Amino acid sequence: MSFSFKSYFQKLSSAIFSELQKGEHLFLNLSGDDSQFVRLNSSKVRQSGVVENYFLDFTFVLGEKEGELRKVTAQITLSMNEEHDLASLREWINQFRKELPFVPVDPYAVLPKNKTEASNHESSGKILARDEATEKLIEAWNGKDVAGFYAAGLVVRGMSNSAGLFHWFKGESFSFDFSIYTSSQKALKGGYSGASWNPENYSQIAKDSIQKLEALEKQSIKIKPGDYRVYLAPAALSDVIEQLSYGGLSELAIRQNKSAMRFLRSSEKKLSDQFTLIEDFSEGLVPRFNEEGDLSPEKSVLVQNGELKTTLINSRSAKEFNLIPNGANGEESLRSPVVLPGSLKESEILAKLGTGLYLSNLHYLNWSDEVNGRITGMTRYACFWVENGKIICPIENLRFDETIFDLLGISVVEFTDFDEYSPVTSTYYQRQIGGVRTPGVLLSKMSFTL
Amino acid sequence: MSLFQKVLSQVSDSSIEWMGFRQVREVTKTYYVRDGLPEANDRNDTHGVMVEVLVNGQFGYAATARLTEEGLHQAIQSAKTQALAASKYSVHKFTSAHRPKITTQYQSTSQKSLSSLSANDLLDEMVKISNKLKISDKIIKTGAFVRTVEMDMHFVSSNGSDASQKFSLITSDFDATAKNGNIVQTRTNSGLRGSSHQGGWEFFLKDDLWNRVNLVAEQAIELAFDSVECPSDTRDLILKPDQMMLQIHESIGHPLELDRILGDERNYAGWSFVNQKDFGKLQYGSPIMNVTFDPTPKTEFASYAFDDTGVPSTREYLIKDGLLVRGLGGVESQLRSKLDGVANMRASSWNRAPIDRMANINLEAGTSSFEDMLSGVQSGVMMESNRSWSIDDFRNKFQFGCEYGKLIENGKLTKTVRNPNYRGITVPFWTNLKKVGNAATMGEYGTPYCGKGEPNQIIRVGHTSPICLFENIEVFGGAE
Repeated sequence: MSFSFKSYFQKLSSAIFSELQKGEHLFLNLSGDDSQFVRLNSSKVRQSGVVENYFLDFTFVLGEKEGELRKVTAQITLSMNEEHDLASLREWINQFRKELPFVPVDPYAVLPKNKTEASNHESSGKILARDEATEKLIEAWNGKDVAGFYAAGLVVRGMSNSAGLFHWFKGESFSFDFSIYTSSQKALKGGYSGASWNPENYSQIAKDSIQKLEALEKQSIKIKPGDYRVYLAPAALSDVIEQLSYGGLSELAIRQNKSAMRFLRSSEKKLSDQFTLIEDFSEGLVPRFNEEGDLSPEKSVLVQNGELKTTLINSRSAKEFNLIPNGANGEESLRSPVVLPGSLKESEILAKLGTGLYLSNLHYLNWSDEVNGRITGMTRYACFWVENGKIICPIENLRFDETIFDLLGISVVEFTDFDEYSPVTSTYYQRQIGGVRTPGVLLSKMSFTL
Repeated sequence: MSLFQKVLSQVSDSSIEWMGFRQVREVTKTYYVRDGLPEANDRNDTHGVMVEVLVNGQFGYAATARLTEEGLHQAIQSAKTQALAASKYSVHKFTSAHRPKITTQYQSTSQKSLSSLSANDLLDEMVKISNKLKISDKIIKTGAFVRTVEMDMHFVSSNGSDASQKFSLITSDFDATAKNGNIVQTRTNSGLRGSSHQGGWEFFLKDDLWNRVNLVAEQAIELAFDSVECPSDTRDLILKPDQMMLQIHESIGHPLELDRILGDERNYAGWSFVNQKDFGKLQYGSPIMNVTFDPTPKTEFASYAFDDTGVPSTREYLIKDGLLVRGLGGVESQLRSKLDGVANMRASSWNRAPIDRMANINLEAGTSSFEDMLSGVQSGVMMESNRSWSIDDFRNKFQFGCEYGKLIENGKLTKTVRNPNYRGITVPFWTNLKKVGNAATMGEYGTPYCGKGEPNQIIRVGHTSPICLFENIEVFGGAE
């Protein structure tokens, strides 16, 4: 019988909750993955391996009444041996029992509650066998120069608290994030991800990518810094939305005047009336529960037609600012953002762009003036100069520096009538899940500086 | 006999040419106080082992937290399966010589041990800092941050390695934000987590702590209430060490990584404008530019005795008199590129395989005093403490933003400058390096947040630098 992670987490939770003393409370969060990683360079293997890592985050709270609680958070690595893992947990909790009565009260800490319904999501996938994956990944490319990263396997997320709440999320998935290169080092970015590996689909993606690469064979031209009309493909726009995720729509960040969205709240500025951003968990690709077990609404509109409708509010901000929490995570970051499409048809993009820049991807975005909403970054991969509705040639990379009030505001001409899902392929600390769904966007102007 | 020695003695698979265990236990404690109230009181205790095997000239890896004989044997088999499957498509064939025998022991030194302060004592101190930063109602937010790391690493291999390293690390910061209408300005002690060192509490509870706290608060108010926007033009630029560290990191460290030059990283962070043929030939910057890879200073954030493949680390020149002489590549990249490198194959933890990383990348002191440097500038700006960074995938076109600036007029510091930014292209920028500060102007910094690799890894790096003067640099302001 195969190992049940859910049962293991339930047993671990029950065991440690039963040992809690009066006035002690616990939140437990399990996260981790059992993954195969294959890194390719020039369609050869640079590194290949497997990683099994599961982590238990826990918040130990001392006290009876909110406003007078003391708390500490911690993470241990799980060995998946119950006796060993319980011993590690007990050792830390015993230390916290001695320490916590003397640390300052955290007025915004909360007690565990069992007010939401438990959730349970399990999905299995059809991923490549670990001893066959390398061959299958490489052979489809016929020796072309491909660099890429394959990550596949199980991902789990679980949450329980000492008030009896339990949430569970488990899924198998894969992603192959790649770039294919011309002899002059120009590249096209692509990806194949999902829960069920389909060899025909993968082979078609490889063939299409090889064909598309031909457009990059022409000599690149150097574009002078300045303002240009621009089309941002969905992958490029998803980078802008991801940048917003870092504090952009956080209630705390707005209250602290760190986020430029403060100007939307004060109505001093607005975004395009064509721009609507929602958090949408309906596809079930990421858990709706947060670290404290609160469930986000299945859909919540954050920005509607350019106006701020709501922000991401976690329990801490709710306490501090006397608001109602809406299931946001500890960082108040976007977890499942969707930008609603518009009316621009794919067949019309080049004609409506006219003369300007077609940008497939952006790179290394960062706030250059965060409180005023200005972002800098680079163009990357397949980006082209377009004249009179025709692609002329690839461009050398350009740096932009532009505010979100331009990029998502006055410069917006039209969003496309189609969207694409850009999956998160990040593996910092452990494999991440989720992604951003965005259309493309035609902009009347984007400022390039270098 | 240790668990690893025992398991090694039990493996009799002749197809395995080499096998190694790298065990890591790392305990991190993070504290953050905002506006006088505790916001983070956090511990992280991670413990596991990376198993590497060499089969058919190909390394395969398996990471596990199951630290038992059974768990390690399973990991060995998993790593072998990966190595075997990959060996048909190896980017290069390696031998056990690329995991040399090492038996060294290394330990950080601390003047004030990290265990000498309780969580309560520390949080009290941080509440005090946060409260002292609130010197006026103009300050709308204050914060104090401390993170300590105690890391034990043990490396055992089938060719006789049995070595360990114990690190004691500390990162601290405090910040104040001031608001004047829509002008919002934040000042920190040294940029984003720039105060990162190897050692103990001596790097946080320093004699000048309260002066620094007061200065940070005063400068936040100065930026919001008594400053000018950074001019937008081309002029001389003086950078303090807490900005130089990121300039060095992004435009010298990353482009010189041999794995980037070999293309390993091009699907993620990118490639490099530096080619293999550039070593020994490319004039990277002005002749007063001397840069080393130096894992030896005891207090610098990323010092160590050997890298995660067991290669002893030594100080080496990367750039000498402005000429590119050596790359940042470990034993595998050196073999593949046929170039000299350094001992820098490092992993972020037990669950990631080692790749080419920076350690401490340092700009050597020059001869100019700060006063000399300043006196020669007719029209310029001085910038300190990084707050924004971005660079292209070939490490050419960069843009940096700083927290605090000063106008330089006729050899003197005059008005305070808010939102100071500059941009440039790597080689022309370093060619415009006109003066390098003397030893009195040096600063030692680091960052815990250097991201790279697939799977992704965040690693610690250190940078020391003097104050430097660059000519004809494009500077500009914010988006107010």
